[in-house]
Formats: sequence, C-alpha cells, structure tokens
Amino acid sequence: MSVVANKKTTDQDPHCAAPNLREEHDKGLELLKYLIIGVIFGIVFVKAEIISWFRIQEMFRLQSFHMYGVIGSAVVTGMISVQLIKRLNIKTMHGETIVIPEKVFKKGQVIGGFIFGLGWAITGACPGPLFAQIGSGYTVVLVTLISALAGTWIYGKFADKLPN
Amino acid sequence: MNQFIEWISQPWPWYVAGPMIGLTVPALLILGNKTFGISSSLRHICAACVPAGIPFFTYNWKKEIWNLLFVLGTAIGGFIAMNFLANPNTIVISEATQADLTALGITDFSDLMPKQIFSWETAFSAKGLLFFVFGGFLVGFGTRYAGGCTSGHAIMGISSLQWPSLVATIFFMVGGFLMTHVLMDPLMKLVGF
Repeated sequence: MSVVANKKTTDQDPHCAAPNLREEHDKGLELLKYLIIGVIFGIVFVKAEIISWFRIQEMFRLQSFHMYGVIGSAVVTGMISVQLIKRLNIKTMHGETIVIPEKVFKKGQVIGGFIFGLGWAITGACPGPLFAQIGSGYTVVLVTLISALAGTWIYGKFADKLPN
Repeated sequence: MNQFIEWISQPWPWYVAGPMIGLTVPALLILGNKTFGISSSLRHICAACVPAGIPFFTYNWKKEIWNLLFVLGTAIGGFIAMNFLANPNTIVISEATQADLTALGITDFSDLMPKQIFSWETAFSAKGLLFFVFGGFLVGFGTRYAGGCTSGHAIMGISSLQWPSLVATIFFMVGGFLMTHVLMDPLMKLVGF
C-alpha cells in the first residue's frame, strides 16, 4: 500500500470526506477542469435517467436492473482504475504521488447511512442528482437542496453530541 | 451530425453510464489528487456561507473550491442534456413500478419526474413538506453523518476497497428499502395522496 497513505495537512480538516490532497494550490483556470468533469457527469446523470425519481423507485422496488447496473459497473470501473493506479504507481499530471485517504469506521456510517437512505427514497436523489435536477429545469428541487444544506448544518452543529 | 444527435439523444444504457461515472474516480485523482465525493459540497457551502463559529465548518473551504465547481458543472451538464440532447420519447418505466405507484396515487408517468410532486405548486403544501423539505433534510443530515453519499462511499470508497464504505452503502439501501416498502404508503396518505 505504498501509494495509499493517510495524509493530513495543516490547513485541512482531516475528516473531510472528499479532500483535495494536492500539495500545490490549484490556480485560476486550472480549476476549470473540475467544472468540465462535472459537466460530463451531469450529462450522464440526465441521459442515463439517474436523476429520475421513477428510476430510484424502480431500484428500491427491485423492478429494474438499470440503477444496479449503473452503480455496479461504476464501482467495477473505479476498482480497476484504482488498482491500476496503485500497481503501476501512476502519478498525478503534476507528478505527485496519488493519495487515497483512508475511511475510518464510525457509527455514523450505520446511523447516518440509514437516515440518508430514507431521504434518498423520498427525494429520488442523492446529492449529485440534486444538482443535475436543478440544472435540467426542475427548479423546485432548490427547496430540497436548501433543506439538505440545513440538514448538513444541523449535523455540523451537533456533531460532537451525536454517537460516533 | 443530425444522426449523431439523434443517437446520443436516446436514453443511455447502464453499461455506458456506469463506466463513465466510474472513470470520474481516476480522472479526479490524476488531474489533481482529488477524492470523488459530492455530498462534501454541501458542507463547503455551509462553511462558506454560515460557518457560525461551529468547529465542523471552520476550515479552509477555499481549498475545496474544486468540489463546488464540480457540482456547478453537474448542474450545467443537466441543463445541456435537457436542452440539447433530450430524449424525444416518453420515459419507459417498469410496469410493476407503475402499478405500485398508481396504488400510491402517482398516475402521471409522462416525465422523468412525477409532475404530481415536482412542481412549484406543491412546494408549499404538505406534499412539498414531505418530498422536498423533510426528504432533503434527511439527505443532507444523513450523508454528512455517514461521511459521504453514493459517490463518496458506494463508488469511491468501495472502489478503493474500504470496508466502512461498504457498511455505509448497505445502510443506504436498508434505509431506502424501509422507506419505499413500509413508510412511503402512510406518509403519502398523510400528505394527501
């Protein structure tokens, strides 16, 4: 596991779930590449109907293979990619060693995961599709997004009082 | 060119969409050592807008602007797909699901989203309270408590063989199944379906 290490930086909350572990700061236009990846991602979400509330209902009712196919093949693709990065010791385009932070087990993954699951079935969206739904014209989902922000904020406010 | 647009406008099958989503993992790592995870954007927005001195929101969110640009891109991608690459045909929903949802009071299957729920008219009614306010709150609270969502845990976490992410994903599904099969019916009756 030479490539994978738990790395902490001074100005970074070590518990950030999806951290930026690049040593240098991204400057100006460099950040555009993340916007472009996001655009492709959003197009896929709409074109494969992942943003559809109906598709999520089909998934939880086990009445269609579509969403299981999407998530399953995404995981397999990701797994092969991560293995290739590790075994071939692939670096970032800036020559840095690729770092994948370790996820530490907490009770939150059980309790919070369960709570998110309840919400996923009601809203028909995990956080990614929320943004794609709003962009594709379902502007009322802004209410869901604001409420999700409120949920995140309330979690942050009481994080140290919750079992974890 | 027209033929290309016609072809790309069809709904994309899972074996095209899934690998494309999976490739986001190495793309972000190679482009700049970024870990795939979308629900973090909600935290960064809180940290940027209403940190309120809460330790959980006091960190250098500016370093994570890439994540906010990513979700902005996701919204733009949604706009492009819907306005330029939209499927001209009606969405095909499994008949069994249509039957189940009809029993719950959802009868319009003509759009990607049920029109009976996703409109501004319902936003400020009991239906809106359930589907947007309550549902959204659970998504925001639950993902942060779990330390990630479908992207951060199910895709990024399991891809990198991290068992806590598998646990989280299992509980996402447990919550979803319980809501769909047990709680949805009484909740929908409660809000007037």
